[in-house]
Amino acid sequence: MSSGLVLSVSFLYLGLLFAIAHYVDSRAGIKRILSRNPYIYTLSIAVFCTSWTFYGSVGRAATTGLDFLPIYIGPTLVFVLWSFVWIKIIRICKQHRITSIADFIASRYGKRSALGGLVTIIAVVGTTPYISLQLKSIATSFRILITSSGGLLPATPIEPIFFIDSTLIVAIALALFAILFGTRHIDASEHHEGLVAAIAFESVVKLLAFLTVGGFVTYGVFNGFTDIFQRASVDPELEGLFTVSRGSGYSLWMTMTLLSMAAIICLPRQFYITAVENVEEDYLRKATWLFPAYLLVINIFVLPIAIGGRLAFAGTAADADMFVLTVPLYYGHEFIALFAFLGGLSAATSMVIVAAIALSTMVCNDLVMPLLLRWRVLNVSKNDDLTGLLLTIRRTSIFLILVLGYGYYQFASESYALVTIGLVSFAAAAQFVPAIIGGIFWKNATFGGALSGLLFGFIVWIYTLLLPSFAQSGWLPISFIDQGPFDLWWLKPYALFGLEGYDRLTHALFWSIGANVGAYWLVSLLSKQTAIERIQAKLFVDVFAYSEDANDSRYWRGSVTTSDLQQLVGRFVGVKRMTQAFETYSREKGVVIKKNKAVDAALLDYAEKLLAGSIGSATARVMIGSIVKGEIVGLDEVYRILDETSQVIEYSHRLEEKSTELEQATMQLQLANDRLKELDSMKDDFLSMISHEFRTPLTSLRAFGEILQDNPNVSPEERKQFLGIIVNESERLTRLIEQLLDLAKMEAGRMEWLLEEVDVPSTIKEALAALNLLLKEQNIKLKLDLADELPLIQADRDQLIQVMINLVSNAIKFCDENNGEIKVRASIDKESVCVTVEDNGEGIPSSLEEKIFDRFHQSQIGSAEKPQGTGLGLAISREIISFLGGEIWAENSAHGGARFSFTLPVSVKSPPKIRQLS
Amino acid sequence: MSNTVLVVEDEPNIVLSLQFILRQVGFTVRVASDGDQAIRAVEEYVPDLILLDIMLPKRDGFAVCEEIRSKPSCSNVKIIMLSAKSREAEREKAMKLGADEFITKPFSTRVLRELVRKLMKIDTPQSSSS
Repeated sequence: MSSGLVLSVSFLYLGLLFAIAHYVDSRAGIKRILSRNPYIYTLSIAVFCTSWTFYGSVGRAATTGLDFLPIYIGPTLVFVLWSFVWIKIIRICKQHRITSIADFIASRYGKRSALGGLVTIIAVVGTTPYISLQLKSIATSFRILITSSGGLLPATPIEPIFFIDSTLIVAIALALFAILFGTRHIDASEHHEGLVAAIAFESVVKLLAFLTVGGFVTYGVFNGFTDIFQRASVDPELEGLFTVSRGSGYSLWMTMTLLSMAAIICLPRQFYITAVENVEEDYLRKATWLFPAYLLVINIFVLPIAIGGRLAFAGTAADADMFVLTVPLYYGHEFIALFAFLGGLSAATSMVIVAAIALSTMVCNDLVMPLLLRWRVLNVSKNDDLTGLLLTIRRTSIFLILVLGYGYYQFASESYALVTIGLVSFAAAAQFVPAIIGGIFWKNATFGGALSGLLFGFIVWIYTLLLPSFAQSGWLPISFIDQGPFDLWWLKPYALFGLEGYDRLTHALFWSIGANVGAYWLVSLLSKQTAIERIQAKLFVDVFAYSEDANDSRYWRGSVTTSDLQQLVGRFVGVKRMTQAFETYSREKGVVIKKNKAVDAALLDYAEKLLAGSIGSATARVMIGSIVKGEIVGLDEVYRILDETSQVIEYSHRLEEKSTELEQATMQLQLANDRLKELDSMKDDFLSMISHEFRTPLTSLRAFGEILQDNPNVSPEERKQFLGIIVNESERLTRLIEQLLDLAKMEAGRMEWLLEEVDVPSTIKEALAALNLLLKEQNIKLKLDLADELPLIQADRDQLIQVMINLVSNAIKFCDENNGEIKVRASIDKESVCVTVEDNGEGIPSSLEEKIFDRFHQSQIGSAEKPQGTGLGLAISREIISFLGGEIWAENSAHGGARFSFTLPVSVKSPPKIRQLS
Repeated sequence: MSNTVLVVEDEPNIVLSLQFILRQVGFTVRVASDGDQAIRAVEEYVPDLILLDIMLPKRDGFAVCEEIRSKPSCSNVKIIMLSAKSREAEREKAMKLGADEFITKPFSTRVLRELVRKLMKIDTPQSSSS
């Protein structure tokens, strides 16, 4: 085929692309239809399928079988299962007017240009091999096409056309095309409907071309799929293609799947076309199944073509990467071959154009502009129109990117197959994954973390993938790979730190992503976020929580007039567009914008986003900051604001504490009040009890006194009885008064104690002697069990006798009416003497065990014959025992009777504690 | 035909003095020393008068009074309540529960005697004392 024909068809095709883009952009109606179309959007995402897919898949399939598949499984997984990641990224891009992946990452981590610059460098370096791959494929396919005749293929590289390397011509042509195509507008965040339409068209062309070749091979050369696979299965060498390659095994499959998953998100051109050029989030939902469907269709004929090629060129050293082109040529179908060439051309050009546009935007906004600003080359306070400068920077960078791609092609790519070069690029793009995924899901990720993660990952990537590729091309000594640099075996780039047994890709990915994630995570934990980072982190991670209306500036302060702001924005986006944008703003917000009025934060924010669309968010921030008098709100001020807030929070916290204290005080007051009421009612009860206790004997005294007075004729027996009662009741009253006084004195600590060495058994016997008569009257049996040799104790003997009398009379009162029995026991227990008095009555109701020692607690059993208690005996006993340092308690014995016990400490040396006056 | 009085009192010496006085007035005296006994006694035989102490074992005088007043057979029984607590609240409570009179301890036997006579419409005998 003549080179003239091929060249003219090629340029016609490129012209057609340009026409499509121009036509779409110039017709508003068409533009609207196309921009509102999820199918166009999906087809544009198919820019993922480059000449690598078009030629390389077949090449891979023909040499290693099914290994070509993971590259498409990964993206399918992402779109089908992880579309929520895309939705989130798209929402963030829209809200922040993100222009590129570098802008995205820089913006997330505090709009710092250092990070944007690093991302840009990685993206450019990582994409260069990929672009060189496209150049290689175009050049190779072109050469094959023009030199072939009747199925004969050129054995050696042909001479340069016009004395220049054909690849360079292709590179220059593509650069010019990309410049013409991609830099017609300045606002990179605006949607480029024309571009998208052209890319979508290219996706259709490459799909049709591939299907044509596939159909031709399957049905023209062979008799359908069954025929091809049957023929292949006969050939033992080809049969292996249907299984996963044996050598590298599944680890490579895994690696490639993961890599391509990363690539579909992180390749600059994929990010650009999927996120930045997205018009409606809903389109993505459609793309989640349409895009995988596209991938499926374009892969259907990969194996048939590969097998067809292997069968056709059996025994010759044909380049499997070019089977798509050479198989039709072999069978003499030049026009199918020409169509295949166009398909390859479309795949390559779409990639180069989109990549060049995406990268040039990044280079301009995130690399060159920040540097120009830093070096003060650019005087922002002068009133130049800078739109021209921006365009020049972008055009130059597109050109340089393609030159770089050509350079890599010249030096390295000859020694690698298409797929291998592509995977090197993928691995570079994968370095963005931690920063992006972490950035949208992990609020605590910091600028330092992202920067160091990217830096480490990138360095390891260079060392394990890029440098070896230079070494294999002879740029570096080959010993670099074999022995490691300076003969350090553990630095061998394909077996770093002795890690062997994996393919090069898995090895490189393991180390680079490991270093990346490790540094990202560790530094994020160790470093602190700045105020802006914190705000951005929140806006990114919680993007769905902030509606698009909520674009109040959270951190602009200072004063700048509207005209200053308009001038600044106008210089970067053009006066006309600036005017339109401000009018839109005032219309939508219902705000009147006055020339010399100070701008409010919301308008500043709007202007920043407007600028960000042209020059990226980091640069826009610096630009706006430079005209806002007082600069960007310094971090100090932000901190001051935060500090104020935290002070308010602390103050309210203290108030809260105070009110808690108050609550507690109130509660304590309440308790005290309750206690007072209780005491008051106890006092009332006490008085009422005393009243009762006095009135009862007094009643008898008065009644019998009056009876004897009024009835002089009562019998002598009755007189004697009545007088006896009067005496008894008088004694009872006296006893009551004495005990009350004793109790009062003891409680007040004014009791006069006569402490001496007391022998317990003799004291007990003396008390019992006083009650002897009563015991005999009641016919109660007394059992004494006093241990021998009880030690002396320190006590008031009379008071101790009083306690014994109280306890024993109590026992007499409550013991069994007919067969009364009282046991008195004294024993030594450790360091105290223990005395118990036990009756055989009904025992103490359990509810009374505590109350029984209270004043005036009287159990209402009793008959006329038994002595009347005062209700104070046990209360007094308790006072005495506790004064003497012992304990007294009541319980029921095993036989059911009541048992009162008290202990007294033996210790002679230490006198009993003296009760404090209260 | 003598009137019957039920003395409900747990303090034996007071019971003794009341017995003496009420016999002089002409009553047949029955004694109960706690609330439960009082109720049983009333169920057994309806007296004409009840002298009812308030501080009683088992069931206090108020409860006994209320119970007795709830019995139709006892609607005409006169009740005098005795209390060692001289609070006005106690008197009000007693009257509310259906007591006819309320006296506080220590009481004058003479006042009690007159009160009983008045309540039971018994003429003062000429030879009450000599």
